[in-house]
Amino acid sequence: MAECGGLHSGSRRHTMDKSITLPPDEIFRNLENAKRFAIDIGGSLTKLAYYSTVQHKVAKVRSFDHTAKATSDELYEITMQEEVTARLHFIKFENAYIETCLDFVRDHLVNTDTKVIKATGGGAFVYAKHADSEFRFQTTQPDIFPYLLVNIGSGVSIVKVESEDKFERIGGSSIGGGTFWGLGALLTKTKRFDELLQLASKGQHTSVDMLVKDIYGGSYGSLGLTGDLIASSFGKSATADKASKHEFCFSKEDMAKSLLHMISNDIGQLACLYAKLHSLSRVYFGGFFIRGHPVTMHTITYSINFFTKGEVQALFLRHEGYLGAIGAFLKGAEEDNPNQYSWGENYAGSSGLMSVSPDMNPMQRARSGTFDMLEMDRLERKLVNLPLLQDASSYIPDTVDLTEDALAREYWLYCFEEALDGVRRGLKPVVKERKVNGALTGAYGSLTVRSLLDTREHCLNEFNFPDPYSKIKQRENDAALKYYQKAVQSLEELSWEERQFALVRGVLAGNVFDWGAKAVSDVLESDPEFGFEQAKRQLEERPWLVDSYDEWFERLKGPPHKCALFFVDNSGVDIILGVMPFVRELLSRGTEVVLASNSSPALNDVTNGELQILTESIAAMDPVIRAALGEDRLTLVQSGSSSPCLDLRLPNLCGHLTSCVHVLYRLDKVLAMVVRERKTDLVIIEGMGRAIHTNYYAMLSCESLKMAVIKNSWLADRLGGKLFSVVFKYEVPAAGIDSPALTPS
Amino acid sequence: MAFNGYKREDENIGEDETPTKQPRSDMEMHGGFTHDPDNEAASSAGRDTSDRRTSNATARHRSDSVKKTRPPFPWFGMDIGGTLVKLVYFEPKDITAEEEQEEVENLKSIRHYLTSNTAYGKTGIRDVHLELQDLTLCGRTGNLHFIRFPTHDLPAFLQMGRNKHFSSLHTTLCATGGGAYKFESDFRTMADLQLHKLDELDCLVRGVLYIDSVVSSGPSECYYFENPTDPDRCIQRPYTLENPYPLLLVNIGSGVSILAVYSETNYKRVTGTSLGGGTFLGLCCLLTGCSTFEEALEMASQGESTRVDKLVRDIYGGDYERFGLPGWAVASSFGHMMSKEKRESVSKEDLARATLVTITNNIGSITRMCALNENIERVVFVGNFLRVNTLSMKLLAYAMDYWSKGQLKALFLQHEGYFGAVGALLELLHPS
Repeated sequence: MAECGGLHSGSRRHTMDKSITLPPDEIFRNLENAKRFAIDIGGSLTKLAYYSTVQHKVAKVRSFDHTAKATSDELYEITMQEEVTARLHFIKFENAYIETCLDFVRDHLVNTDTKVIKATGGGAFVYAKHADSEFRFQTTQPDIFPYLLVNIGSGVSIVKVESEDKFERIGGSSIGGGTFWGLGALLTKTKRFDELLQLASKGQHTSVDMLVKDIYGGSYGSLGLTGDLIASSFGKSATADKASKHEFCFSKEDMAKSLLHMISNDIGQLACLYAKLHSLSRVYFGGFFIRGHPVTMHTITYSINFFTKGEVQALFLRHEGYLGAIGAFLKGAEEDNPNQYSWGENYAGSSGLMSVSPDMNPMQRARSGTFDMLEMDRLERKLVNLPLLQDASSYIPDTVDLTEDALAREYWLYCFEEALDGVRRGLKPVVKERKVNGALTGAYGSLTVRSLLDTREHCLNEFNFPDPYSKIKQRENDAALKYYQKAVQSLEELSWEERQFALVRGVLAGNVFDWGAKAVSDVLESDPEFGFEQAKRQLEERPWLVDSYDEWFERLKGPPHKCALFFVDNSGVDIILGVMPFVRELLSRGTEVVLASNSSPALNDVTNGELQILTESIAAMDPVIRAALGEDRLTLVQSGSSSPCLDLRLPNLCGHLTSCVHVLYRLDKVLAMVVRERKTDLVIIEGMGRAIHTNYYAMLSCESLKMAVIKNSWLADRLGGKLFSVVFKYEVPAAGIDSPALTPS
Repeated sequence: MAFNGYKREDENIGEDETPTKQPRSDMEMHGGFTHDPDNEAASSAGRDTSDRRTSNATARHRSDSVKKTRPPFPWFGMDIGGTLVKLVYFEPKDITAEEEQEEVENLKSIRHYLTSNTAYGKTGIRDVHLELQDLTLCGRTGNLHFIRFPTHDLPAFLQMGRNKHFSSLHTTLCATGGGAYKFESDFRTMADLQLHKLDELDCLVRGVLYIDSVVSSGPSECYYFENPTDPDRCIQRPYTLENPYPLLLVNIGSGVSILAVYSETNYKRVTGTSLGGGTFLGLCCLLTGCSTFEEALEMASQGESTRVDKLVRDIYGGDYERFGLPGWAVASSFGHMMSKEKRESVSKEDLARATLVTITNNIGSITRMCALNENIERVVFVGNFLRVNTLSMKLLAYAMDYWSKGQLKALFLQHEGYFGAVGALLELLHPS
C-alpha cells in the first residue's frame, strides 16, 4: 500500500500519463448508458465492473392477420426490433492506470448524483482520499459469501472469506505453483512454467507413479480404491531396476505429468479438508498455477470430486480478481432483483485471459497485459436444470472436450472460421479476431463444440445479425407446410408396425435438412429439388450406426408414456414433416407432449416464436393437433436456450464467473416446472447439436430417445460411420433409479 | 544377539536366492527330504501333484488340531507392501525333547536359518534391535523376529522357499498388504504356497494394539518428543498408551493411510495421500542419483533445505504477522528452484533434505487437518518411512505441536513398519 502514495508525486504522474495507451472507447464499451459502477482496487490490479444497457436488433416473427392471409403466400412476417438488454461489463487493468481511469470516468460519465461507485479492495481506502467528491465510495456485502478461496501462487494460501472485508487466512501449504515449477525445472531441465505444463499434458504419469494396481495387482476392493488410483507419487522411480536406472529412464513428459498430478491432488485434498472443517461447500481457486491452464484446473477438479465425492464444488475464477467487484456489484443492484435473472457470459465481448496462452502472438500478449474484460448479458428469464437428469452434479453436457482432443479441435476450429466467414461476408470486418480467439484458445477452461457454436451466435448478435437464417427458415417453413397433410395421409395408410418405423425415419430424414451443417448446405445450394423423399433415400439403411430401434419398437407395444418432452431442432422440413407427425402419433397413443424449442435464434433452429405460429397453422389443418392443443395435451415451451446445443444444467450465479464449467445456457424455469407437473417419463432429443455434441452420454432418470443424422464427415469418421449415418439411441434407466431424481438438490 | 555363523550364511544365502545356483542349496538341504522323492518334480510342475499335497495338508492339519488347538509351526505373518516385504517370525524357545525329535528337518533348518542370521541374501535384513524375547503366544514361549526385504526381491524369496521345501511344512501363510493379492499366484506357482489373504488395515490396527500391550520390558514401545519446538531441549520420552482411544493412526509406507481408531474392531480410513515414503525415495533417486532409502536419508541429514525452499522471510523479509506466519515457515517448497542461479548452486544433499522436509511437512499438515475434522488429539505415526528417520519424526512432532498450539501430540512406535505383519501373525493364531 505504501507505494501507492508515490502516485501523487508529480514526476510519477507525468510518466504515467505518457504511458497511457488504452483506447478508452474500446475498453469502456456501452459506457453512455452505464448505470452503476463497482471498483475493486487490489495490490496490483484494479477491477472495474459496471452495468449498462445495450441495444440489439432482435428478429421477431408475427403471424399475418388471418383476413389478410389470402393476399400473401407467406405464413408469417419477420420484423427487426430494437431490444434493450442489460449487460455487465468487467474491466481489469494494472493499477498504474487507475488515475486515468478515474479521470476518464469522471469526465465522461459520473456527472449525475445517481452514478455511484462501489469500491472495495485495499486500494479503495487509498484512493478514497484521493478521489473527488463526486465518487461516493460504498462498501457492500455481496451474497456470494462465505466461500473458501484457495490462491495457488508459489505456495498455497487458504482463505475463508466471509464478506468483502472479513476474511481470514486459515491455512496453506508450501506445495504450490513454485513447487511444480522448481521441482519440474530440476527434474526435466525445462525452464519455463508454460513449457512444463505443455510437457505435462503430453506425459503418462503411470510410468512414474506407483498405482494401487501396482501394489495390489488390481483394485483394493474393501476400501473402494480403484486400481488406477495413485498409491505413491513417483513411487516407481524408487523401485526402478538399478541396471536400467539412468538419467533418461523416465521421460520428461511423464515426470512433469506425475508432478502435476501430485501437486494438484495435494492442493485439492487440503482444500477439501479445510472446506469440511469450516463447513463450506464452495471453493474458489485462483492464482498463477491455475490461471487459464485447463490441465491444472482439470486435475484439481478431479481431485476435489474424488476427495469430497461431489460434496464440494471446485470453482475457478476466470477473472479471479473480479469476484470482489462482481459480488459488490450484485449486492448494490438489489433493486434490480438480481436473483430473478441469470447472467450469461458474452463470448463476443470478452477478451478473456488471453494473456496466458503461450500460442498467442506478442501483440495480443502485450495488449491483454494492460487490460482485459468480460461482459455478461442479463437473461430475462431465470434458468434451472432439467429435473430429469439422473445426476445433475456429474452432468457434463459436452461429449468431446476440444482442449483435450487435438484432432477434433482442429476440425471444429476450421469449420467455425469457415462458417463465420460465410456470415461475415458483406459485413464490415468488425468481428475482431481477438474476440473470436478469446473463446478458441482454450483460455476458458475447456473448449467444446458448444462453446464454439455459442461464440458464433454471440458474434452474430453483437454485430446486429440477430437471425441471419430468418428468411431461409421462413421459406422452408412455408414449403414444408404445404406438404404436411399429404405426409400425414400417407402415414395413415400404413400398418401400425410400418408406421412406427416410417415415423422414426421421417424424423431422421427431416433432420437431414439443416443449413447449419456444411455438407447439407452444399447439397441444398447445388440441388434445390432435394426433397424430403430424397432425404429418406439418403438415410443409412438399418442396422444404423447406433441402433436401438428394436427396443424402442418393443416399448411402443407397451402402455403409452405419460408425457414426452421433445427438444426439437431445425425449422422447415425437420419440424413440420419429421417431428410433427411423430408428435401426432404420440398424442394419438394418449401421451402428452411438451415441445421445447430455443428461446432465441441459433442457426436454423426453430424458435419458440416460430413454432407457435407453425403449430397453429398445422392445427388449422389437422384435427388431432387441434384437439391436443385445445385440451392442453400439446404444450410449447421455450428451452431458455439460444444455442444450437443444449445444456441441461442448473445455473448458479457465481458459476457464471467460473471456467471449469460452462454454465451458460440452461433450461427455462417454466419448462422445468411443466416437466415436473406432467410427470414426464420420456425425453426425446433430436439433432447433432443436442444429441451428439452434447448430451450423448447424459443419463436421464426416465426413458430417453436420442435421434440424429450425422451430417459432417469428420464426426462420421470419428464415430466409425459415414455421412448420413444414423444415431438412434433409446435408453431406459437402470432399475432402481426412478422418480427421486425429480427433486434436484 | 546371535551373530554366530553370520559370514558363512551370508555367503551361502546370497547364492541361495539366485535361481541359477539351485543345485548348491539343494545340497545344503538334502538331508531333510528323503521321505519325499517326488518333491522336486512336484514343485516345478503339475497341478495334480499340488492337489495331492493339499489333501495331504488337510489330513495333517486335522490330526494336529486333535492334538493341540494351535496351528503347527512355523508361525509367520507377512505384509507385502509396495516397497518392502515385512515378515515376523515366532521362534519357539520352549521346545520339548519329544517335540525336538518329531520336528522335521526342514522346519528346524528354517528356524536355524532365520534365527542365526541377521541378513539374508543381499537385501534381506533382520531388525535385531526390535526382537521381542520371552513372548508368550498361544501358550508357547519364544522370541518374535522382525525381518524385511524389498518387494522387488520377492521372486528370490519365493525361490528360496521352494528350495527349502517350505510347502512341505503345510503351514498356513497369513499375508497382508497389496502384494498378498498381487503375488498370490506367484506364491502358488513358484513356491507351491497357498496364501491366507488379510486386509492390511485390519492387520495394522490389530498389530499396533497388540505390540503396545505386550511390550513391557526394555524400551517403551510408544514414545514422543518432549519440547518438540526447541531443538536443543528436544528429547525422546517414553509414553504409556493407556486409554488409547480414539487415536489417529498414520501409516506412512510408500503412500500414506490415515485411520481413525475407536476400538480394536472399530476404525475407519479417513483419507490417504500419495505423497509418502515412495515419493521421498523416488524423487531423491531422480534428483540425486541415490538408490536406497538409507543413502537418501544420509544425504538429507547433511543438507540444508532452506537453500531449496522459499521461506516466508524470503518473501516478506521476516514474519508475515498479519496472518501469523513465522519467517522460518516454508512458503514454497522448491520455490528457490524456479531460479536458474539457485538451481546451479544447490547440492544433492540440499535437494534430498528439501524432499524429506516437503514430504514430511505435507503429511503433517494433512494429518493435522484430519485430527481437527475427526476431533482426535492423539496421533500415532507408524510405517517404514520413519525407520531410522529421526529427522522426519522430530519434524512431525514439531509441526503437530506448533500448528495446533500444543493441542496435538505426535506419538511414535518402536516397531514402526511391522504392525501389519504382526496383525497377520495374530490372525493365524487367533482367527477373528
